[in-house]
Amino acid sequence: MKGWMGKIKVLFLMGLVSLVLSACGKENLTALDPKGYGAEKSFDLIILPTVIMSFVLLIVMVLLTVALIKFRKKKGREDFIPKQVEGNHTLETVWTVIPILLLIIIAVPTVMYEFNLADEADAADSLNVEVTGNQYWWHFNYEGLDIQTSQDVYIPVGEKVYFNMLSSDVIHSFWVPTLAGKLDVNPENVNTFYIEAYEEGVYWGKCAEFCGPSHSLMDFKVVVVSQEEFDQWVADMQNFDPETVELDSEVAVEGRELFDQYNCMACHAIGSSPVAVGPNLTNFADRTKLAGVEEMTKDKLVEWIVNPELIKPGNKMTGAYPKINEEDAAKIAEYLMQLSPSEITIENADGGLK
Amino acid sequence: MSSATAQRNSFAAVLWDYLTTVDHKKIGKLYLYGGGFFFLLGGLEAVIIRIQLIKPENDFISAGLYNEMITMHGTTMIFFAAMPILLGLMNAVMPLQIGARDVAFPFVNALGFWLFLFGGIMLNVSWLTGAAPDAGWTAYAPLSTTSPGHGVDYYVLGLQISGAGTLMGGINFLVTIVNMRAPGMTYMRMPLFSWTTFVISVLILFAFPALTVGLFLLMFDRMFDSAFFDVALGGNSIIWQHLFWIFGHPEVYILILPAFGIFSEIFATFSKKRLFGYTAMVFATILIAFLGFMVWAHHMFTVGMGPVANSIFAVATMAIAVPTGIKIFNWLLTLWGGNITINSAMLWSLAFIPSFTIGGMTGIMVATSVADYQYHDTYFVIAHFHYVIVGGVVFGILAACHYWWPLMFNRILNEKLGKWAFWLFFIGFHLTFFIQHFLGLMGMPRRYWVFLEDQGLDLGNFISTIGAFFMTAGVIVFLYNAFYSWFKQGPAPQDPWDGRTLEWAVESPTPYYNFKQLPLVRGLDALWLEKMEGNGKLAPAEPVGDIHMPNGSILPFLISLGFFIAGFGFIYQTTSDLAYILLYGGMGMALVCMLIRSLKDDHGYHITKEELEKEAR
Repeated sequence: MKGWMGKIKVLFLMGLVSLVLSACGKENLTALDPKGYGAEKSFDLIILPTVIMSFVLLIVMVLLTVALIKFRKKKGREDFIPKQVEGNHTLETVWTVIPILLLIIIAVPTVMYEFNLADEADAADSLNVEVTGNQYWWHFNYEGLDIQTSQDVYIPVGEKVYFNMLSSDVIHSFWVPTLAGKLDVNPENVNTFYIEAYEEGVYWGKCAEFCGPSHSLMDFKVVVVSQEEFDQWVADMQNFDPETVELDSEVAVEGRELFDQYNCMACHAIGSSPVAVGPNLTNFADRTKLAGVEEMTKDKLVEWIVNPELIKPGNKMTGAYPKINEEDAAKIAEYLMQLSPSEITIENADGGLK
Repeated sequence: MSSATAQRNSFAAVLWDYLTTVDHKKIGKLYLYGGGFFFLLGGLEAVIIRIQLIKPENDFISAGLYNEMITMHGTTMIFFAAMPILLGLMNAVMPLQIGARDVAFPFVNALGFWLFLFGGIMLNVSWLTGAAPDAGWTAYAPLSTTSPGHGVDYYVLGLQISGAGTLMGGINFLVTIVNMRAPGMTYMRMPLFSWTTFVISVLILFAFPALTVGLFLLMFDRMFDSAFFDVALGGNSIIWQHLFWIFGHPEVYILILPAFGIFSEIFATFSKKRLFGYTAMVFATILIAFLGFMVWAHHMFTVGMGPVANSIFAVATMAIAVPTGIKIFNWLLTLWGGNITINSAMLWSLAFIPSFTIGGMTGIMVATSVADYQYHDTYFVIAHFHYVIVGGVVFGILAACHYWWPLMFNRILNEKLGKWAFWLFFIGFHLTFFIQHFLGLMGMPRRYWVFLEDQGLDLGNFISTIGAFFMTAGVIVFLYNAFYSWFKQGPAPQDPWDGRTLEWAVESPTPYYNFKQLPLVRGLDALWLEKMEGNGKLAPAEPVGDIHMPNGSILPFLISLGFFIAGFGFIYQTTSDLAYILLYGGMGMALVCMLIRSLKDDHGYHITKEELEKEAR
């Protein structure tokens, strides 16, 4: 299987592939430069039909062009009545049989890959991450590890990591183009697939199923680090105690008090907790982006706390908490910006966010 | 003074004539006017979408309004532009092509049109009442069931009312083609456009009920607190996707097959050759329609149906490429060896071949389920179906307009303007959509209100928006052409293209009874046959006699108006009891009109032999 697929690629494709890759979009976002098992399989089956169908398109174009040049009405034979041909059995058989053969060449690997990707035999022995899709953020619960994160999910390189996905509201779709194809996140059933990343890095993830006004702002990141770094990260996250976290300024301490006072933890857990009404904030300061899309700065965070509607229209936080003035918001922001339980951050994943 | 009065009177007379008409030719025109209006509206929405996406993180329109735009663009273009324009062409042409004096049920035909129009108006009234539907044209539950306001209610009622009209149209065409073909017009002598009309009528008959059911369930969930799609109460939201696509996929063929019919007519006429492989073309059409019902779940590869279902639907989908390929090659061989005239109608048809082949090519690509995990719900899919629907259906409609304009409006469209419109639109179309294949693979999901800076998506989106401006310019030139030819061009001669089929055998302008004597059809391309082997005229199959004609009626308009009013009642009864007045009032009006129609015999009238002979002199 691999053998003849490989040959086809070598024979027809090297030129085409390099052409495509030269303009393939942003690294770690594009599906055209795959760095994971699923994305690689999909890419194989993007290339194969493209080549075959381009060949068909070429034939059609040539026939059309030649017919138009050769048989366009010419001076002196305006009234020429062509022979009224009914059809041609041989020709019609040819253009029925050849497409069938071409389709078989596409269909066989499609079915093989389909079953290959659906294989979940290793799920029990692998890292399992429970994913919850919410309007408009992602919750990640590491099964058996007592770790919850939001927006950024850390995984080890070279390992199959299973994602078990369920939605809390409408349908979302979990898509990390460079690592794997997408899978819908439905409200009624857990969908499972795995990601096996080949390289360390921070990969862009996007919601791919229309889910409301802020559908386009529901980004997340997959942070792929080495196995040692991942183990370290897990240990740090587990050892984190929100009560004893050392804060380096008076303002931050006040911020923590305000966080309690405004009852923020009714929705936002800090430290391991089953509360997931809003994003878990344990490693908030290490996030790649604020709310998935914005620059991770204190000013933006203050803006968010005061009025999240301006950043994510239709989000569920707006109006769900007492009004907070800018002064208090700044203090809370100061506190949140110090929540960094682990030395392992996006910088460890091959240089951080690209 | 007196002439102004006469003018007004005559305007009122024309208006009344069109409100009450049951003539298939006039209803065809009404469909074109209505569909054309919604096409412009949907196009305007498309341009607004593209302006929003001209640069990253643009704030031209808000997120909520953007979602309304994409929903209305899709819904309007599919249900209220493409479908009715095609139904209009079928109305205008098909009865003439098969040698009939009208469709089987002229009254129902008028009712179908008015239901479509009022459905479309209903949907668009939502712009004025504060909230247009915003759950996408596919209205996936639970997003659609939980969407606040009345937007999605308008979607449900608008589509339900117009859908009933479409279903009636389909049944009407079926009965017409089965029963009313002229003597000698066997099935295998029917022109391809009539064949595709027949086949898509079958598709309408079987596909639309699935939509109707889905819409009823959605309506009950939204208005009467049922829980068909509510997971928390034991419902299932995936069922909506199945119902929608069991309708939605055949819908694609309902749109594209008539376009195939149109191109088959045009290629044969302007190559001066019989359609190559006519029999294969007919069976390919039937096969595509049949397979079209077996593949709906390829819209759902990422839903998590499992590898068995995904594989079956992937392979079944690929199979459709075979009959479609047969058609492409038969068209090419129709051109081959012909004496080809290239005019505007032919330009659109020739441009269709590579454009649609690219759409078919990407069709195979998205059918490859494992690869579809990447394509699905991205701009790749947007590019794919616009290549199919614009490159196939819209090109087909524009080709048909140029081709049948003399038949419908007694004018020939200006060639120079026609070519300008073509090149602007054609270039714009490829500029807009080709790059979107790559945008999708570069990580741009569809239905994104904004795309972020520095993600490598800026240039592609910019090019795409520029293309949309070109397309707009093309449409404006075409529109100008329509008015220009009406006011500046003289009446068209009968049979201006040296046509092959029956519609070119009738006098120009077409008499309201179509054929004084039904023609005798001796073979495929009946008119061409007589030109080659006879005296160029079709022999009559009957002596001149009385012609039985239906009476016009205002009832179709009033019935539709009744349902339209009742629609508002249904929408607003959730928030105000006063709405029940509209609900019961509207339903009452519709039902009373139906009762009148049922109880009051209307035998129509006869054009006597003497009158016909007088007219001839």
